[in-house]
Amino acid sequence: MSTTRKIAVTAVAAALGATALAGCGSSDDSAAGTGSGGTKGSGSKTVTLVSHDSFNASKGVLKEFTRETGYTVKVLKSGDAGAALNQEILTKGSPRGDVFFGVDNTLLSRALDNGLFTPYAAKGIGQVAADVQLDAEKHRVTPVDTGDICVNYDKKYFADKKLAPPKTFDDLAKPAYKNLLVTENAATSSPGLGFLLGTVATYGEDGYQDYWKKLKDNGVKVVDGWEQAYNEEFSGSAGGKKAKADRPLVVSYASSPPVEVLYADPQPKTAPTGVATGTCFRQIEFAGLLDGAKNEAGGKALLDFLIGKKFQEDMPLNMFVSPVTKGAKVPDLFTEFGATVDRPTTVAPDTIAKNREQWVQSWSSLVVK
Amino acid sequence: MAVPVAFFALFFAYPVVAIVGRGLKDGGVWQFGRIGEVLSRSDIQDVLWFTLWQALASTALTLLIALPGAYVFARFDFPGKQLLRAVVTVPFVLPTVVVGTAFLALLGRGGFLDELWGVRLDTTVWAILLAHGFFNYAVVVRTVGGLWSQLDPRQEEAARVLGAGRFAAWCRVTLPALGPAVAAAALMVFLFTFTSFGVVQILGGPGFSTLEVEIYRQTAQLLALPTAAVLTLVQFVAVGAVLAVHAWTVRRRETALKLVDPAQTARRPRGAGQWALLGGVLLTVLVLILLPLAVLVERSLDVSGGHGFAYYRALGSAEANSGTFLVAPLEAIGNSLRYAVVATLIALVVGGLAAAALTRKAGRLVRGFDALLMLPLGVSAVTVGFGFLITLDKPPLDLRTSWILVPLAQALVGVPFVVRTMLPVLRAVDGRLREAAAVLGASPLRAWREVDLPLVRRALLVAAGFAFAVSLGEFGATVFIARPDNPTLPVAVARLLGRSGELNYGQAMALSTILMLVCAVSLLLLERIRTDRSGEF
Repeated sequence: MSTTRKIAVTAVAAALGATALAGCGSSDDSAAGTGSGGTKGSGSKTVTLVSHDSFNASKGVLKEFTRETGYTVKVLKSGDAGAALNQEILTKGSPRGDVFFGVDNTLLSRALDNGLFTPYAAKGIGQVAADVQLDAEKHRVTPVDTGDICVNYDKKYFADKKLAPPKTFDDLAKPAYKNLLVTENAATSSPGLGFLLGTVATYGEDGYQDYWKKLKDNGVKVVDGWEQAYNEEFSGSAGGKKAKADRPLVVSYASSPPVEVLYADPQPKTAPTGVATGTCFRQIEFAGLLDGAKNEAGGKALLDFLIGKKFQEDMPLNMFVSPVTKGAKVPDLFTEFGATVDRPTTVAPDTIAKNREQWVQSWSSLVVK
Repeated sequence: MAVPVAFFALFFAYPVVAIVGRGLKDGGVWQFGRIGEVLSRSDIQDVLWFTLWQALASTALTLLIALPGAYVFARFDFPGKQLLRAVVTVPFVLPTVVVGTAFLALLGRGGFLDELWGVRLDTTVWAILLAHGFFNYAVVVRTVGGLWSQLDPRQEEAARVLGAGRFAAWCRVTLPALGPAVAAAALMVFLFTFTSFGVVQILGGPGFSTLEVEIYRQTAQLLALPTAAVLTLVQFVAVGAVLAVHAWTVRRRETALKLVDPAQTARRPRGAGQWALLGGVLLTVLVLILLPLAVLVERSLDVSGGHGFAYYRALGSAEANSGTFLVAPLEAIGNSLRYAVVATLIALVVGGLAAAALTRKAGRLVRGFDALLMLPLGVSAVTVGFGFLITLDKPPLDLRTSWILVPLAQALVGVPFVVRTMLPVLRAVDGRLREAAAVLGASPLRAWREVDLPLVRRALLVAAGFAFAVSLGEFGATVFIARPDNPTLPVAVARLLGRSGELNYGQAMALSTILMLVCAVSLLLLERIRTDRSGEF
């Protein structure tokens, strides 16, 4: 019966090893969560920020917050922007955190109609540009950043072809740019939706369908997500070059060119991609104090901090968005390689809420099917 | 029996019922009329039809490609067999984002086929079918091959001695014995392809949508819970029907099999026919599996101005990623391994107990439970994840922000593998052996230890391997709950792919390559354990 014994010994050893490993897992966790040990008490030292996967802040700036206020930030990311918000709506009244960051103007009405946030006028809100304060009367949400969804172009392609890159929505439908554009599914991707809203803002509710018919005849390609459009189909991106991509126009962000520079080795003197500044739709991202937050005081301090200069200046190179607070400096990389978008299109959140589904549906049957 | 039932009730049934209820109830009253409304929409009908036929086609294609492979791995001995068996399992655990990238490189523009013959398969249904074959090859090879290698070839030989032709002997002897395993494999492939998410999204483009994709869209993006609930029910019914058919086939075919040591059944191929078969299978593996994997490796080394390890070096520091991660991406390996070990343990305990209970009792109720255990494979991660959110939200079970949720969710998907792999072998154990042990005075526990355990040890390890691999590659549920300070490998890959820039893309490829290697090494270790022991009985 030595066999059985060996098995038993091996099994026990394996189980012990596994438990030890598991132990590492849990001890790591408790170490990371030492700050959260006090969550239950009233004078909690931890404030929990719920956000989407794109949330990033440098370690230094989060430490700075702790130094200033005594609160430690715990970040909880849950899916893309839409999914993250919907999870908050489902857990309304018993939220997982204190502050939610990442609801944008295309989804704002859904959040407000569901009564997700407790009003709070953050300290320093007076320093925030007036045109991004879409809830200025009630202060249920605080604007934190803006970003522009625009068509990017592959500079090399247009230089080689001696063709001027497109500038406006109209240009994209011209024969010179046939079969060059790739965009995202407006039903599943937020830049895709932004681009669709940009065309609605430009051509009106009566005209946008005609415009998309023209785009379709002009060979626009639709893929599901930004990752594919940008990394697989767009010839100007690093990933696209490796994938031998053949579309020199893509719907992305005005901040994409600086990113191409920052993450290239060696860093080039000019960005490989440019922005068609007449095709931009402005996204504004907001944060708010969650209704039912356990640590309301900490949440308020965090909101103050989010629109403070330190966080605002840290944001561009972490999330590639622009600050909203007056006087917050934008890094050189942005001014040097990024585009200034003077007049981005936009649509009021209420109008979006009312029509989003119908616009997306008619867009789908027109372009995708 | 009590443990698996409690586990499933708490971490599966309750959350899923709660989220479906949210969608179908209005003011506390069930609104079953909504089912008809949703199902009569033509866009929904298109989705249903596409889901069904692509799953059938994928299953057929996978069986066609992989059954010869199952035979070759079971019956032939050739150098590098263990390594290859580990390698074919790697795709199974890779995140679909990564596989999509690899397949586009092969089938898309400027890809392999395009350069040779000018054929492009991206955004066609062929790309989806081939990728499904790539993912599920191992399911067939392992489930069918695992049993095949333990069938005594002398039974077939005996039939031939008694005058049966080669084909007749195979049909009468081997095929009936393999039946349940083939059915189990086909069922798994069908389930995976029926609920396919990432593959369809990336390779199919927006023109194609499966039920699972639609549920995700309706729940996570539109918060259209009623529509999502109806679709979830449809998926339930469909999966339930498949499982019922499966249970019926298995019951009709299952007999006590004489299992032998695989080392005795495998031998060197003999004759031109067998060598050609081996060659054909190796070529399939090369083209279908190794080539896409090689593309990933190549891209991870393709730094500007030649090839090198720059992307791998960058993975070691959090600074190079300026904020994408709070820790160096490399630490994701440790996180992934720890989560996977815990998930495997949970899956083995729950699945093992369930399989044991299912072998002993044969009542209608128990058989129903058998089918229920498979349901997590057929329910979308987003449904379970959103269900967790609205049910596990009160102390002591406010697990929504706890690390244990990750292995729990992963184990949910691992348990069916454990049960599926263990059950055919456990049922094939001759009950008379157990009775004999009991007659000789052994307690039930001792009889199990002395009779069942040695026979099922191999299956147990295979099951553990599957559960471990699934946990390593699990993405759908993990991405909802993994915390930013300890991301898993697939989550880290997805995060890197979600940003522009050469370094991020290169690091995503490098990390995928590492994930691939980690999986291959774990699976290879498992193969070693298997053979080290195989000579002992």
